[in-house]
Amino acid sequence: MPSYVNPEKCDGCKGGEKTACMYICPNDLMILDTEAMKAYNQEPDQCWECYSCVKICPQGAISVRHYADFAPLNGTCQPMRGTTDIMWTIKFRNGVVKRFKFPIRTTPEGEADPTVGKPDPDLSAVGDNRLFTQVADNVTPAVPEAVAWK
Amino acid sequence: MGKIWSYNPGLPCAEPEIVEKETDILLVGGGMACCGAAVEAVRWAKPAGLRVTLVDKAALERSGAVAMGLSAINTYIGENKPDDYVRMVRCDLMGIIREDLSFDVGRHVDDTVHCFEEWGLPIWKKTDDGKTLDGAEAKAKGLTLKSGAKPVRSGRWQIMINGESYKCIVAEAAKNAMEQLGENGEILERVFIVRPLMDANEPNRCCGGVGFSVRENKLYIIKAKATLIATGGAVNIFRPRSVGEGQGRAWYPVWNPGSGYAMCAMSGAKLVLMENRFVPARFKDGYGPVGAWFLLFKARASNAFDEDYIAKHKGELEKFKPYSEASVIGTCLRNHAMLIEMKEGRGPIYIHTEWALQEAMKNMDKKQFKKLEAEAWEDFLDMCVTQAGLWACLNIEPEKVPSEIMPTEPYFLGSHAGCAGAWCCGPDEDWVPDQYKEPWKEIGIYNRMTTVKGMFCAGDTVGACGHKFSSGAHVEGRIAAKAMVKFCLDNKDYTPTPKEDPEALKKEIYAPWYRFEQYKEATTAYEINPNYLLPKQIQTRLMKLMDEYVAGIATYYQTNKVMLERGLELLNMLKEDMQLAAARDLHELMRAWENIHRVWTAELHLRHVLFREETRYPGYYYRADFPELNEAEWRCFTLSRYNPESGEWEMEKFPYVQIIPDPLGP
Repeated sequence: MPSYVNPEKCDGCKGGEKTACMYICPNDLMILDTEAMKAYNQEPDQCWECYSCVKICPQGAISVRHYADFAPLNGTCQPMRGTTDIMWTIKFRNGVVKRFKFPIRTTPEGEADPTVGKPDPDLSAVGDNRLFTQVADNVTPAVPEAVAWK
Repeated sequence: MGKIWSYNPGLPCAEPEIVEKETDILLVGGGMACCGAAVEAVRWAKPAGLRVTLVDKAALERSGAVAMGLSAINTYIGENKPDDYVRMVRCDLMGIIREDLSFDVGRHVDDTVHCFEEWGLPIWKKTDDGKTLDGAEAKAKGLTLKSGAKPVRSGRWQIMINGESYKCIVAEAAKNAMEQLGENGEILERVFIVRPLMDANEPNRCCGGVGFSVRENKLYIIKAKATLIATGGAVNIFRPRSVGEGQGRAWYPVWNPGSGYAMCAMSGAKLVLMENRFVPARFKDGYGPVGAWFLLFKARASNAFDEDYIAKHKGELEKFKPYSEASVIGTCLRNHAMLIEMKEGRGPIYIHTEWALQEAMKNMDKKQFKKLEAEAWEDFLDMCVTQAGLWACLNIEPEKVPSEIMPTEPYFLGSHAGCAGAWCCGPDEDWVPDQYKEPWKEIGIYNRMTTVKGMFCAGDTVGACGHKFSSGAHVEGRIAAKAMVKFCLDNKDYTPTPKEDPEALKKEIYAPWYRFEQYKEATTAYEINPNYLLPKQIQTRLMKLMDEYVAGIATYYQTNKVMLERGLELLNMLKEDMQLAAARDLHELMRAWENIHRVWTAELHLRHVLFREETRYPGYYYRADFPELNEAEWRCFTLSRYNPESGEWEMEKFPYVQIIPDPLGP
């Protein structure tokens, strides 16, 4: 069923400005039932199991039951994503449990500086082959060492 | 009133409001290429006073092929030369690439990777005493690529990252850039551009794009001086190996329906090498990545009887020399050897994770092995969680048992290890041969512009320039964006004037919903109605016919002229029926248009496979009537053009020019 919503935990993001899973799903699958105030996956056979909804859900209400086509029941991967790390709990069908923690970013959220500290380029360079960073650093892009057709 | 059968209604359709916008630079897409384009475009647009509009079908934070994350950046030149990068791409793609485009990516790509690191992407490092640090540990020690720290190479071109948030970080930089433009910058999320707008006064000129919101009933007509088509590749064109809910587990993202190829074709742009497809050999069913397992952990693959099938079929592979003789054998040739084993009944094919890890364990203490185990699992958890889940479901501990690998259903892409896409202009420099500039002399030589004036491509939509991967797609977006700024400045007085009026566009784009409303009462079950087909039904028919006639898994990737011509007849009937597509809600309207794009992509592929009378990519597909490689006649580009006026297709050969001298591979 790929991602599915636990009705006991889902509150339809009623306190938030948007339904988080509906906002994030890259394939427009998660949708809010406005009467029940619960979200659901409207087209499970188009789910990539990308876990974007699982990771973003503020209630931890979303999990994945892996594809029925080929995955025997009861193996699970559940993440807890923070601001700098993600923790994964892997439960095997036979009960084995593994836990892993990995870094996800090294800067505070929201602070990626698109200029990477460089000034805006002078428009006189718009016709050459340098990107704005290379104009700032005075880098000359490479050309082939030798050219076969010449 | 009809009964709703197995149907959860999506957001309701209604008569759409028409929203007209005008901008200078329109960026269609939201993945790596479009985010790169936004970052670069803004820097030049700001001093130039230009407007930039980015339109994403999904939410920028998690859209595109990198939505889930990645465990490696596959293109980082570092200590290598861009010349050798071109050699690698040329060899893997069987000798036919646009070396000007590839070199251009190679010489700029590291700059973009350095930006990623600055923005916060954790990149693994190797210390002087050979230890591996994860990206956060490395950052704490002040080790950055730009300051000369060594990345952890999994292969010659690949570097390892902690990439769960790769797309979030790259999207954040793009959003922050767009904000710096103030009222001249706008991001529209959940708006699906479905086709380019063509100019009323100049037939071969693009003047923006038209689409609709999948959240509210709004039709967007966005006029632009320059338009970037930077959408993803194409998935579920062929019947996949998993046909139930598992069809969502495509190797490439399931939300990529070939929109860019379709939009280029319908506007009359030329496409190149659309016969090229990618059939990755991946962990069976979960489609987890094999790169790190083969390259970093040194796992070997075998048939069911522990035989090395590449070594076994060395003689067979020699038929495809010189490509079989390079230091790294081409990806399709490795598939070819695997397929021989499968066809002859010596499957399953195994990847021996257990041999690799047991070997590694010999020289490690317990703590070191724990770290290695975590690295192995992270490879999946960063980019293909399903594979980790499948191991858990199947009780597979990789240090104990091997896993099956399998070639997938075919995919189309221009960024990963494939090279289907639009025929684009390269850099205007003196090492680029005149033949590659000639097609653009009339409309203007602008890097990454298609043969339609004002329409540019980057990432998966650029043809003959594969092996860019995430970083290469991002930098290609930057390259295109800068050229688009130049184009806008050179065309300051141009006023985009679409040839269709807004009402006609509304009728065309909302047609599937109008059709549903018109005919829904003709049945007691919405899904069975003689007046229309639902998007899913169209897609199922497309996938079946492509699988059976156009070298899908059903025929072990084989086809011939007769099969292809029969396939084309059936495809033409499907195109007629597609005019009768119906959509019940906004989600289905999106699916209806995605399938229009899929069918265009399928037709492009079929026509190219029919045109190329040789087997250039064994292991990806076989022309059974032309089973050999024919260097003399077919080491050339194949170009197609749909003529929007006549509705006819034009196919041509275009000479390949070697720029980077031999050897063939690096």
